[in-house]
Amino acid sequence: MTLQGWFLILGFTAIVLTLAKPLGLWLFALYEGRRTPAHILLAPVERGFYRLAGIDPAQEQGWRRYAVHMLLFNAVLMAFTYAVLRLQAVLPGNPQGLAAVGEHLSFNTAISFTTNTNWQSYGGEGTMSNLSQMLGLTIHNFLSAATGIALAFALFRGFARREAATVGNFWADVTRITLYLLLPLCTVLTIAYIACGVPQTLAGVVDVQTLEGARQSLLLGPVASQEAIKMLGTNGGGFFNVNSAHPFENPTPLTNLIQMLSIFAIGAGLTWTFGKAVGNTRQGWAILSAMMILFLAGVTVSYWAEAAGNPALHQLGVAGGNMEGKEVRFGIAASALFSVVTTAASCGAVNAMHDSFTALGGLVPLFNMQLGEIVVGGVGAGIYGFLLFAILAVFVAGLMVGRTPEYVGKKIEAREVKLAVLAIAVLPLMILGLTALSSVLQQGLAGPLNKGPHGFSEILYAFTSAVANNGSAFAGLTASTPYYDGLLGVAMWVGRFFVIVPMLAIAGSLAAKKYTPEGAGSFPTTGGLWVGLLIGIILILGGLTFLPSLALGPIADHLAMIRGQLF
Amino acid sequence: MGKDITSALRPAIVMALLFAALLGLGYPLAMTGIGQALFPVQANGSLVRDGAGHVIGSTVVGQAFVSDRYFDTRPSAAGKGYDGLASSGSNLGPAARPLTDRVAADVARYRAAGVAGALPADLVTASGSGLDPDLSPAAALAQAPRVARVRGLPLDRVTALVERQTSAPLLGDPHVNVLALNRALDAMAR
Repeated sequence: MTLQGWFLILGFTAIVLTLAKPLGLWLFALYEGRRTPAHILLAPVERGFYRLAGIDPAQEQGWRRYAVHMLLFNAVLMAFTYAVLRLQAVLPGNPQGLAAVGEHLSFNTAISFTTNTNWQSYGGEGTMSNLSQMLGLTIHNFLSAATGIALAFALFRGFARREAATVGNFWADVTRITLYLLLPLCTVLTIAYIACGVPQTLAGVVDVQTLEGARQSLLLGPVASQEAIKMLGTNGGGFFNVNSAHPFENPTPLTNLIQMLSIFAIGAGLTWTFGKAVGNTRQGWAILSAMMILFLAGVTVSYWAEAAGNPALHQLGVAGGNMEGKEVRFGIAASALFSVVTTAASCGAVNAMHDSFTALGGLVPLFNMQLGEIVVGGVGAGIYGFLLFAILAVFVAGLMVGRTPEYVGKKIEAREVKLAVLAIAVLPLMILGLTALSSVLQQGLAGPLNKGPHGFSEILYAFTSAVANNGSAFAGLTASTPYYDGLLGVAMWVGRFFVIVPMLAIAGSLAAKKYTPEGAGSFPTTGGLWVGLLIGIILILGGLTFLPSLALGPIADHLAMIRGQLF
Repeated sequence: MGKDITSALRPAIVMALLFAALLGLGYPLAMTGIGQALFPVQANGSLVRDGAGHVIGSTVVGQAFVSDRYFDTRPSAAGKGYDGLASSGSNLGPAARPLTDRVAADVARYRAAGVAGALPADLVTASGSGLDPDLSPAAALAQAPRVARVRGLPLDRVTALVERQTSAPLLGDPHVNVLALNRALDAMAR
């Protein structure tokens, strides 16, 4: 570990904390439906969209209607992308002349992008035409992110409103978030990425005769425009197979920093927006503090493990940290930091191959996802996932003192606690169930590249990533088979929408409640005690469930590594 | 619930199509126009051309070097090595025998070429992309004696060249772009 490495990590954390309030304010304006500077240009577009679609943005929706409109919109988008991928060969914008994307791969990819997972069973180059990247994939990067933020708004309204029957209008939320937040920011980010060396062209392959006279083909395309929303919307689906490790996606240490900041920016801002929405910004800061403590703990373990390196290589006369799967321009610190950021949030972009991390360096991303990606988390999904844990935390605190728990002015009763447990239980049920199944079935066992415990980790990582809607991989696993494409597709769908529906039900149930002012007996949800309780609940409820699976995978791998055992 | 679904059908379909046009066509095409106008070199892949105008590489993407006259780039798992259409890492875990076998073979190769002492990790490990354009300064300097010997150049001129070509950004680790280094090497010999 170096001083410069820690400078990067702490500097990054400081910038995230600095961005939280300005972005939170911007998001709050959209939450309230107020004007932003972006309205000057784009308000006519918003009005035009509503008129053509027959939408009245002022018409409030109850949680059920909000959920149905959200689900149907996502289903239509998924079908659209499936069609674009299947018709790739006959559509324009295909300079490489690629064939149609296969059935199970298209199924998997359409779900993957709809659910903000962006799991890449496909390779990018050699699979997706420029048009597929733009029309099939980029649209989901925007709209799955906007859907996530809209859902968070609905839950915020549940806490903020009193004796109300509605939680907002889905169309107004999604349209405003897309037009007035994501699109302007992505325009700026795209131009910055191009300036730093990320291609943005409709051309395809460039033939190169190298300095030694060998042939090399370089693939260009509309990379920068996709890169911007891929990171800002915590999507993570790369233009290329290796994602942000590819020098065209992420050419310099500066683009790397911008990408990491993009992943956390909106998620951190939403904690502030939540505080503002419920009338006390300290509520938001308490949440962000708990997130940042968990985040820095993860970074410390990961950076330490990667900087310590691989003893099996040290024995061969190699010095230094673990550079297998890492790029020189980033080095150990920026690679370890990126891996923690991308899995703490539900981004899933990678700038180094997690499969080749040391056992403990690879355990941190896995554990982050198993907690449910609530450490900042995906845009929208992080904060609503976190608030489910907050509901359980006040419930536990309430049990200890024997009174009805409250959180930000709302009584938390049996219905909310049951729904929260239902949403949180999806994760272990799906991840552990499908991993167990794949560890005994022939089709499952055919997947891993590595032998021994690391092969098990590859399977566990895949289902964790899919259910948690992350999208990063221990990429040695061959996942583009009917078995994995199908099962991972189902896992992504359930992992997204089986959490969302109970969460929206909680929003509806909370909105209908009366306001309960804080009294002398209320458990304070702003101070250090609350932050500590939150972290404890997250680690015990979210993390402990997965400990046995981690013991079979990365922990066994680590013990083998220090014993010098090879597989 | 049935009424909700029918009421949602038109907005869902129309909004999906409108957003697809705006975000899937309008946004990337507008960005392509702006990028091509403002930064034509970067937007087209930061290509490097030789005196005759032939494309010999990109400043941001790595390429393979096999000759002893040039500094090697890192081992690559992209296709057969530095395949620009098949970016990939090795994805081998820390305790994988194929990893230690591969590294041991590369270590033996550098030992045979006269490199003594501990080898810099990046010199014998595969990058994440398989297209890493850079080496650490230590990995370049370890090769300097061999390159100087094969080219008949004084060692201190070659090491001085490596140092000149090293960039030390505030945010990342110091690194040397191998294509730029090798081109500078060719220019020096002339």
